[in-house]
Amino acid sequence: MAKTLYQKIYQSHVVGSLNGSTDLLFVDRHLIHEVTSPQAFAGLKQAGRPVRRADLTFATMDHNTSTQIRSYEAAGETSRKQLEALAANCAEHGIKLLDLHHPDQGIVHVIGPELGLTQPGMIIVCGDSHTSTHGAFGAIAFGIGTSEVEHVLATQTLPQQLAKTLKIQIDGQLANGVTPKDVILAVIGQLGTAGGNGFVAEFCGDAIRAMSMEGRMTLCNMSIEMGAKAGLIAPDETTFAYLQGKTYAPSHEHWDAAVAYWQGLYSDADAVFDKVVHIDGSRIKPQISWGTNPEQVIAIDQPIPSPDDFTDLIKADAARRALAYMGLSAGQRLTDTKVDVVFIGSCTNSRIEDLRAAAAVVGSQKVAAGVRALVVPGSGMVKRQAEAEGLAEIFKAAGFEWREPGCSMCLGMNDDQVGAGERCASTSNRNFEGRQGRGSRTHLVSPAMAAAAAIAGKFVDLSTIQGVSA
Amino acid sequence: MSQIFASGLVCPLDKNNVDTDQIIPKQFLTSVSRDGFAEALFYDWRYQADGAANPDFVLNYPQYQGASILLTRANFGCGSSREHAPWAIQQYGFNVIIAESFADIFFNNSVNNGMLLISLSSSNIEMLFNRSKQGPQQWQIDLANQEILLGNNGAIGFSIDPDVKQRLLSGLDFIGASETLNPQIAIFEQNRRQQLPWLG
Repeated sequence: MAKTLYQKIYQSHVVGSLNGSTDLLFVDRHLIHEVTSPQAFAGLKQAGRPVRRADLTFATMDHNTSTQIRSYEAAGETSRKQLEALAANCAEHGIKLLDLHHPDQGIVHVIGPELGLTQPGMIIVCGDSHTSTHGAFGAIAFGIGTSEVEHVLATQTLPQQLAKTLKIQIDGQLANGVTPKDVILAVIGQLGTAGGNGFVAEFCGDAIRAMSMEGRMTLCNMSIEMGAKAGLIAPDETTFAYLQGKTYAPSHEHWDAAVAYWQGLYSDADAVFDKVVHIDGSRIKPQISWGTNPEQVIAIDQPIPSPDDFTDLIKADAARRALAYMGLSAGQRLTDTKVDVVFIGSCTNSRIEDLRAAAAVVGSQKVAAGVRALVVPGSGMVKRQAEAEGLAEIFKAAGFEWREPGCSMCLGMNDDQVGAGERCASTSNRNFEGRQGRGSRTHLVSPAMAAAAAIAGKFVDLSTIQGVSA
Repeated sequence: MSQIFASGLVCPLDKNNVDTDQIIPKQFLTSVSRDGFAEALFYDWRYQADGAANPDFVLNYPQYQGASILLTRANFGCGSSREHAPWAIQQYGFNVIIAESFADIFFNNSVNNGMLLISLSSSNIEMLFNRSKQGPQQWQIDLANQEILLGNNGAIGFSIDPDVKQRLLSGLDFIGASETLNPQIAIFEQNRRQQLPWLG
């Protein structure tokens, strides 16, 4: 019987049946970080259970770390305890940890791929919803809670049920200035924040094939924002080329066998999906969120909608509340709207291509007066690469703050926060109320759009600026 | 045979897309403990910037003090995977959430803490909200028969995944149940090493 890529990977990981329709699946990679793991380790200790496969478990520190000073103390008193707990737990159980002083430390979803830990055909889990990022390599990757973290530490498996399948086919060439971030925002705008609930989404089509691994990661990263359990993309030559030579990628000895295996990872031509969506990529325009959830997006050249535009009364009410929270009015244009803060970073958009795109927009210009602008590279590797390419100098000369790697202002667990009532152009993934700080107003955009907003001091329609390609 | 899983006062939270950042804001995630999150629940809605209780937020209404059943709308618990969200809800006193739909990770996290999450059609949710507008409601949840008993006003049935139902009724140790397959896990690992040696 014809199968989708998701079904193939799922079935190749079934260890056994638990009961009814619940299977026990083997986990190939378990990534952990300081915030969602301490209670899991405490649970193991209480039950007297060891970690079954420390060799398949990798840890980093990213969520609450300071991006200014590389010390546990700089994270603050309670966060320091969390960082120390992670270090102690990893030492006790023999788990590889990329701590604050490791040169390759960074956001868990940035370092997994760049170290080659993320590979096609795997099941990858992490106590973080943006684990969906790793699906870009043709893996089943999803976020789990702390009880499940404990379960995986103890058994290297997880009880699962087969999810429904959703195919999102995006064909056509993306217009100048349209990035994978714009594509995924447009998809979420169309399907809604719950449109993917219960589904694993597979992205396909020639717009996807043309994307780099970085772009594909941005796309899969935000599949959780439409509620999908996971998002994935069949691996191809772009995937294999990215992986070759990475630290934890298959060695020379196994490389050909691994590639041969990976080449079998695709949805059969006659596989039946539970739901199929076709999108013409050539019609997607640069996107920006205007509200307080990621489906509240518009193209940058559109006016902000009116609550009365929504036939669904609950959506209309949500729009009314969002406009009030965001300090915006129906019909207003975001290209007329000033920004206070610009954040370029997060597991969505902090990779080298993102920084190149932002730096290309910045050029020799300066950050507008009154705007606080941060660039937070996703990892030590991204930071070093950006410095070697001269991107860091471009940002610093323009007036951006150039920081150490971490999750930073995406969720403001550390001291990188947006103040109450301040408006932020952010390359992150969630525009929820208070996400970046109590009362903060987040607009989700691509790195190029964020950079342009920093320079202009307001949002910019990049397609109106000649010669810009992002 | 009736088996009451939970019973109590219903608090109506009339919103769609309640995300985990609202359920428990990030500043409460730095703890290394599983306890102490009750005060953090819905913090930015429950408390004003000066720390005083927000009288306009439904959880602070006098008639909903002591509520143990939360009634809400679609896509409840969307966003982050933080299990601190169900911990906070449970430690506040809710053990049942009734909604049109739930985000997947939040659903699993809640079940792993022994909470019952009931999904109903939007028309049924609307009916329950209308009922709660008439005055504070005391409902009972019969999990075995999959019914919400609405006091003197009848009952409403619900569907639930049979595996989830069994876990909630039996209170099985989540990890212990999987450990019964330890021999199969060992065989799986051995086969994997032979067939896909680069995976370790």
